[in-house]
Amino acid sequence: MKILVPIKRVPDPELKVKIKDGAIDLSGASWVVNTFDEYAVETALRLRENAESGESHGEVVVVTIGPEDAAQQLRSALAMGADRAIRVDGEDRALDARVVAAALARVIEAEKPDLVVMGKQAVDGDANQVGQMLAGRLGWPQATFAATVELAADKGSLTVGREVDTGVEYKVVNLPAVLTVDLRVVAPTSVKNNITPASHSYGTGEGGPRYASLKGIMAAKKKPMEQKSLSDLGVDAAPAIKELGVFLPPARAAGQKVADIPTLVQKLADEAKAL
Amino acid sequence: MGNVLAFCEFGDGALKASALSNLTFARAAAAAHGGEVIALLVGAGAAAAGPAAARYAGKVVTVEHGDLAAYLAETYAPVVARLAGDHGATVVTATATAVGKDLLPRVAALLDAGMASDISRLDGATQFTRPILAGNAYAQIEVTTPVICVTVRQSEFPQAEELGAAGEVVAADAGAVDALGARIDRVESQKSDRPELTSAKVVVSGGRGMQSGDNFKVLEELADLLGAAMGASRAATDAGMVPADWQVGQTGKIVAPNLYIAVAISGAIQHLAGMKGSKTIVAINKDPEAPIFQVADYGVVTTWEKAIPELVEEIKKLKASR
Ligand SMILES: Cc1cc2nc3c(=O)[nH]c(=O)nc-3n(C[C@H](O)[C@H](O)[C@@H](O)COP(=O)(O)OP(=O)(O)OC[C@H]3O[C@@H](n4cnc5c(N)ncnc54)[C@H](O)[C@@H]3O)c2cc1C
Ligand SMILES: Cc1cc2nc3c(=O)[nH]c(=O)nc-3n(C[C@H](O)[C@H](O)[C@H](O)COP(=O)(O)OP(=O)(O)OC[C@H]3O[C@@H](n4cnc5c(N)ncnc54)[C@H](O)[C@@H]3O)c2cc1C
Repeated sequence: MKILVPIKRVPDPELKVKIKDGAIDLSGASWVVNTFDEYAVETALRLRENAESGESHGEVVVVTIGPEDAAQQLRSALAMGADRAIRVDGEDRALDARVVAAALARVIEAEKPDLVVMGKQAVDGDANQVGQMLAGRLGWPQATFAATVELAADKGSLTVGREVDTGVEYKVVNLPAVLTVDLRVVAPTSVKNNITPASHSYGTGEGGPRYASLKGIMAAKKKPMEQKSLSDLGVDAAPAIKELGVFLPPARAAGQKVADIPTLVQKLADEAKAL
Repeated sequence: MGNVLAFCEFGDGALKASALSNLTFARAAAAAHGGEVIALLVGAGAAAAGPAAARYAGKVVTVEHGDLAAYLAETYAPVVARLAGDHGATVVTATATAVGKDLLPRVAALLDAGMASDISRLDGATQFTRPILAGNAYAQIEVTTPVICVTVRQSEFPQAEELGAAGEVVAADAGAVDALGARIDRVESQKSDRPELTSAKVVVSGGRGMQSGDNFKVLEELADLLGAAMGASRAATDAGMVPADWQVGQTGKIVAPNLYIAVAISGAIQHLAGMKGSKTIVAINKDPEAPIFQVADYGVVTTWEKAIPELVEEIKKLKASR
């Protein structure tokens, strides 16, 4: 089974947002793999391995559309255990979800993966678009916002637990398909592949993506990384989204600490008129 | 000149609150595009809900078909895209619910449209403001494709008022329906009599400090006293204390009630992203340094074990005195 995982680099979400000349100031940014894409790599690895015997089946290919520096985030994914990487050269500012989906569609036509696993959203743009657009373009089924994933024994379909507004919906899609993952997909028993024993638990508590081992980091340096351009792929779409400006949200006025619950209730009733 | 096709979710013969927010945006967009609002209802019960929807839109299009009974992006997207063409839509819109977020980008791909997600404001015919970076910044963007897809953030748009005269309702053909093999196996949900989280006037949320699902019962008692919806932090939902669909935040639901009561929640940026638009925020936390106090209008430094029973009693007293 061949799994393609598109990943995007994002400015470290733990760092404070700075704005300069009406745009996000990225001059001192430290770049990381988008959190949900790290989860997507983890999901792909769980889907293709036997976690107890350590054997792996098939291939996991990571791909990004981004500038030269974005190769670092591809290496991070290779260090986790992906086999091979493709970087399509593109400046972050010259892309929008439409262009990214068009480029990924071309990569997929060439690579012919059985499954595409990606983050449900990039935590910088927060657009939550690319996976669904890609599936629409390819005419493939989609299973978005996955909290649990089970690969059928015949590897022909997935049953995906999707977190929807009213609970959890279990959707079955035949492969090839596009899967986008939500937070809880990295919980200890969220991914089942009918290879790893069903009783297996990835870590404890809330789980999480695996760390790259030192051996993994060394191995990643030798793994193949191909480079392409958008024109190699025949993508000439210009972005349809123009950024006009960025601003900070208005700060909330400072609040107050109140001494006790009766005071709180009195203030909520009389001052805030909230009760 | 162009029309606005508004995909509207409905249930029990009426539009959902989320759809009414979408129609508020749709009316403004239609005015900016010199066209009309067309409300689109797809799925089982669409025809029956048509007249109720027509109180809010000059034109309602309903589509029913055995294979469209339940929502699937694979079957709904082609219907929406085709009707957008048939009805001369330059804007196709939905609310950023789980369905809207799943559906609209797929529609955009079929229409080769650019898309603005989760917008908080309409700034011009093709210009929008939307939160980025977990709501830590807002971006103003322009979408330059002839047809634009938009999802709107429910908490930023009030519910549409009824129109003076009811609109017309027409049924449209489903066309060829192909699910590409996709199907819904089952849906697991917990029925609740509480208001919907995303449109509730009061929300009571609990975090990791609640320690167990059982302990949430005291919060539920408070919620029921206030007619509130229940919410939670990711830590509480991840730990399985409460259902995942209670999660408020960047990756959960976005809420902006009149009153938000955060109990034993630290106030991580991802949580704040989902609730800092609330009118009045109350924080109850035993740690005086918890970041939640920076956004709270009223904070009480104490444990929930002590605070919540007392809060319930005080509110009962207040109600009795009125
Ligand atoms: C301020 C600002 C606002 C913007 N608003 C919009 C907008 O409303 N609509 C729009 O279309 N674009 C917008 N863009 C462009 C947008 O940020 C990205 O350039 C575009 O790639 C997709 O949006 P996203 O990154 O939020 O992706 P999402 O759709 O949130 O990403 C989902 C998944 O797609 C994959 N993916 C995304 N980008 C890449 C990539 N470069 N390489 C590989 N995989 C990738 C990842 O798996 C990711 O998890 C905006 C840009 C800025 C700076
Ligand atoms: C990509 C990504 C997306 C995320 N999206 C979301 C999201 O949508 N929503 C979300 O909520 N989080 C989200 N998170 C997680 C977020 O970063 C925090 O981890 C989470 O919000 C913490 O939840 P909490 O405040 O309940 O727990 P903690 O941070 O552990 O805080 C618990 C609080 O309870 C207090 N406390 C403990 N005992 C008591 C007591 N007896 N009485 C009173 N107070 C007590 C403590 O002082 C503490 O402040 C996301 C994280 C990532 C990486």
